[in-house]
Amino acid sequence: MKNSAARLLFLATAMATSGCAGVQSALMPRGEEAIEVDRLFWTITGISAFVTGLVVAAVAVAIFGPPRWRDRLDKDWIVWGGGVVFPVVVLTGVFIYGLIVLRSGDVRAREAEEPGITVVGKRWWWEVVYTGPNGEPVTTANELRIPAGRPIAIRLESDNVIHSFWVPRLAGKLDMIPGRSNVLTLEATEPGLSRGQCAEYCGGAHALMAFYVEVLPQEEYDDWLAHEASDARPPESEQEIQGQEVFMRSGCGACHSIRGTEANGVIGPDLTHLGSRHSLAAAALPNSKAAIATWIVENQHIKPENLMPEYRIFEPEELDAVAAYLESLE
Amino acid sequence: MTETTERKLPNEGNRPKEEVDELLRIWAMPKGFRLVTAVNNTVIGLLYIGAAFAFFIAAGVLALLMRTQLAVPENDFLSQDLYNQIFTVHGTTMMFLFAVPAVEALGVMLLPQMLAARDLPFPRLSAFAIWAYVVGGTVFFSTVLYDQAPKGGWFMYTPLTLKEFSPGDNADFWLLGIGFIEISAIAGAIEIVVGALRTRPPGMSLSKMPIFGWAMLIFAAMIMFAFPAVILGTMLLEIERSFGWPFFTADKGGDPVLWQHLFWFFGHPEVYIIFLPAAGLVSMIVPTMAQRPLIGYNLIVVALIATGFFSFGLWVHHMFTTGIPSLSLAFFSAASMAVAVPSGIQMFSWIATIAGSKGRFRINTPSLFVLGFIFIFTVGGLTGIMVALVPLDFQVHDTYFVVAHFHYVLIGGMVFPLFATFYYWTPMVAKRQLSERLGRWVFWLMFVGFNVAFFPMHITGLRGMPRRVWTYESGLGWDWLNMISTVGAYIFAAGVAIFVIDLFRNFRAGEGGPDNPWNAGTLEWLPNDVYSARSVPLIDSREPLWDHPTLPQEVQEGRHFLPNAPTGGRETIVTSAIEGKPQYIIQMPGPGWSPFIAAVFTASFFLLLTIKLVIPAVICAVIAVGAMLYWTWGLDPGPDKGEVEIGAGLKVPTYMSGPSSHSWWAMIVLMLVASSLYIAYVFSYLYLWVVSPEFWAGRGSPEVPDWLWPLADAGLIVLGTLCMWGAGRLLPKPGERRLLMPVLNALGPLLLTAAVALEIYAHWQTGLTPTANSYGAMVYMQSVVNAQLALALLFMGGFAVARYFAARLDCERRVSFDNGALLYYYAAGQALFGLVLIHGFPRMVI
Repeated sequence: MKNSAARLLFLATAMATSGCAGVQSALMPRGEEAIEVDRLFWTITGISAFVTGLVVAAVAVAIFGPPRWRDRLDKDWIVWGGGVVFPVVVLTGVFIYGLIVLRSGDVRAREAEEPGITVVGKRWWWEVVYTGPNGEPVTTANELRIPAGRPIAIRLESDNVIHSFWVPRLAGKLDMIPGRSNVLTLEATEPGLSRGQCAEYCGGAHALMAFYVEVLPQEEYDDWLAHEASDARPPESEQEIQGQEVFMRSGCGACHSIRGTEANGVIGPDLTHLGSRHSLAAAALPNSKAAIATWIVENQHIKPENLMPEYRIFEPEELDAVAAYLESLE
Repeated sequence: MTETTERKLPNEGNRPKEEVDELLRIWAMPKGFRLVTAVNNTVIGLLYIGAAFAFFIAAGVLALLMRTQLAVPENDFLSQDLYNQIFTVHGTTMMFLFAVPAVEALGVMLLPQMLAARDLPFPRLSAFAIWAYVVGGTVFFSTVLYDQAPKGGWFMYTPLTLKEFSPGDNADFWLLGIGFIEISAIAGAIEIVVGALRTRPPGMSLSKMPIFGWAMLIFAAMIMFAFPAVILGTMLLEIERSFGWPFFTADKGGDPVLWQHLFWFFGHPEVYIIFLPAAGLVSMIVPTMAQRPLIGYNLIVVALIATGFFSFGLWVHHMFTTGIPSLSLAFFSAASMAVAVPSGIQMFSWIATIAGSKGRFRINTPSLFVLGFIFIFTVGGLTGIMVALVPLDFQVHDTYFVVAHFHYVLIGGMVFPLFATFYYWTPMVAKRQLSERLGRWVFWLMFVGFNVAFFPMHITGLRGMPRRVWTYESGLGWDWLNMISTVGAYIFAAGVAIFVIDLFRNFRAGEGGPDNPWNAGTLEWLPNDVYSARSVPLIDSREPLWDHPTLPQEVQEGRHFLPNAPTGGRETIVTSAIEGKPQYIIQMPGPGWSPFIAAVFTASFFLLLTIKLVIPAVICAVIAVGAMLYWTWGLDPGPDKGEVEIGAGLKVPTYMSGPSSHSWWAMIVLMLVASSLYIAYVFSYLYLWVVSPEFWAGRGSPEVPDWLWPLADAGLIVLGTLCMWGAGRLLPKPGERRLLMPVLNALGPLLLTAAVALEIYAHWQTGLTPTANSYGAMVYMQSVVNAQLALALLFMGGFAVARYFAARLDCERRVSFDNGALLYYYAAGQALFGLVLIHGFPRMVI
């Protein structure tokens, strides 16, 4: 990778904010569903270890055991007992446990209050639409923020290929299928940062289609949403003003929106509050001025086949200004 | 086991030595470049296994490339695009070009030997299927070398694989290449069903058939019902890609999930299609190494049947995360767990048999691979139960956990038994055994390497790593796990490499190996030559070689059935399906160029069509059809040879037509395949109606045509059926003429073709087009499915008429006509049902 320095920096920040590895691990659950599944997993892993031990022991006895022991295994009832009765009993128990967990998910889904959040799978990024304080749609991208402690309905859609929305620490995955709207319920137990990733192969840059989920206390979430619903912060410094001018002049607004400006494209991610996000380009890069500039020029190296062309038309000073402007959009 | 009962053998007294010379002459293997004309199961079976193994190595190399790329985070050893191609070709090759062909190859190779049959009932069909697979598979695989490989994953999910998101020919290579290889698998399945049911030795009732025979029978039955679904799927997808009929496009009433249903309705049974024969092989090896019969034979047969049955009821467990209602999730979850029970039965049968060994269970390379299989498959089965649990699957689906799971099941459940098979059965086909010393190295490297590579993947997946990613970010807790997996993959590969070395050093195909080195009890260990066993033994137990130690000698001396070649050509005994009573002798074709040429040009036709070279493709099709006609012209020999004695004073006919002929059975199997395809179509039609009823006739589409249209259409079909029936009644006596017969025989298929055309026109004149929406696409697709049959019937009708005029068709020599008539009745039934569906259903639901 070209910009390994930038990535290293990103890694350092990611580790600092998330407490290192595990930010995408189903084994470090921070959501109700993920916790229940984790428990289910360890239960059945215990059973599996026991069964594996049993089979290994039985084979060992069958081969190396003293004749008396072997005679005991050389019976039809071993086949009936080990092959029919034992699995039926264990599997029935496990199946019922699975149903209980499934049902508990259904209950959570019913408790989730409207309005939910809509996430639309794109190639290869995520469009996220909240409902603002006044009922208006608030569009953002590549990052999800939810309040802790209550179930939230996430509507999952796609207008292109199939993607799958997955935040292992919070819940299992659910597919985003063209022509359908699936609803996933997330209930985070505590504030904190998690990482999610597209789990259904969606061609091209599937591997680089991730996102961060920030769980906030309810009040902070409300404040954040109110801010997110507002228009973009106008440029202040001279460089930011120049950056906005270059951005508009170069046609970036044909694909991207910055609310409160003339940029109202809907093809690429909304950039209204880009500066406040944890990452760029669906978690392909850290969010920094340098990274924004690199992305504009070298995005096909960083994330091959993504649908944004590389813009190599800018003077270094212009590029710097655009990056500064975008970074300022908090 | 040592009893020497006074059995009455079919032939007493010494047989003349000339008989063996004649058998040798008749069954002689073609030499030099003419080897490609060989059709005998031992020759082409070896070619088949060799080709499948070559694909295993090639796809394995791709796996090593992927593991190298993933060894460290953010690696740039492979590019994104190349990686996407490589994982697609790896999966596709392993499933379609290695696993299924390999087990089918073992069936072709071993089944006739276990049944002491001289050959499979349709030798040229096997040769055709194998060459088509070799040529088609090679071209498909080579696309990865010049950047033309498909990159939609081996599962080819829509809409990613539609033209909009996958322009270029890459996806078409998958669709045509694989669709065509599936057809070759079906040809093999027909062969195996008829082989297992009708070419068993006299006295071998179904309940005495070796377990491997059962496994192959169920394997073939599963192919018959599973593969047509994906064949229909590939047809729909290719038609949508090429002509824009919107089966999978949501905006026009299609549904991308329809593809998933069709694919997994095939894809899940596919796993058991691969596993059952392997389990059958294990059930053959374990008793030999234990020197005692298998414990629970009946229960294992039930388990095999149950597995085949259940496997069709759990395809949805690949789709748990598509947003399916909880109730269906629970049903498919339960079904997925239930399938663990039959596997448990087999597992404990093997353990009990091992425990009951006479003396101690022998430990050697084959049995080590069997033990490795038992361990790995147990683990894979248990993680299978985990992924069958819906909530747990929500987490691990499409992650490395699943990658670990299915490699445990597939490598454990199929590759390990396959290697056991290599070491165990080599003496049957080769001049000497493989090296036991190297074999142990092979086993331990593969066993250790496998677990080192794949066990950590469970954890990698739980830690959140999705499948099918060409790179990953450092610091997510996946780095060292991936490194360990890569090291394991190379250790595994080292084991396979040593096996290849062993092959080069020790494998020499040909006769002269030890006859029964393991002291096994089944018939493939009889002394054999190019003609298989000298005489076909009379069977009265499951392990005849143990129960009658003198059997090899008796067989060799020609004291059993058919010690000679009474018709002067290749032949084998056909017995009744259940009891194994001798019924007649099949006269079988020998070596010939036609299957080879037909296969090469059929493959070329499909591949040229893929790259849109239509005219060369059509030329190839003409050559292929020509070769097939030439080949079939020589079949259907007629009753000229009369009855012959095969031993025990038994005189049997040398020709058979009607319901007890092997050809009739094959036709019935083909009709089952065609009806599976049609049922998949009906499912798709109803499914899309459920998803998008707003596009159906009278709502988003024009009203269905007036009742008169389907009535006229039904009239044509009924008339055509009467023609075929009349033609059958009018078949002349040998030497006589009845000109009305060929007229009716030609008229039948023409009327059916006219009916298909009329149905198309009926809808066209309402203004309905196939590209408008999913309803239009489905309506016209019905005619595509019928037109296929009509085309086949036109050929068969023309063929029968030609044979009439060549005086090769009469009321006795009539198989050429009967086959066409049988297929015709089926096609007419399907077309009539189609009229009810297409014209009745929209009226019903409005």
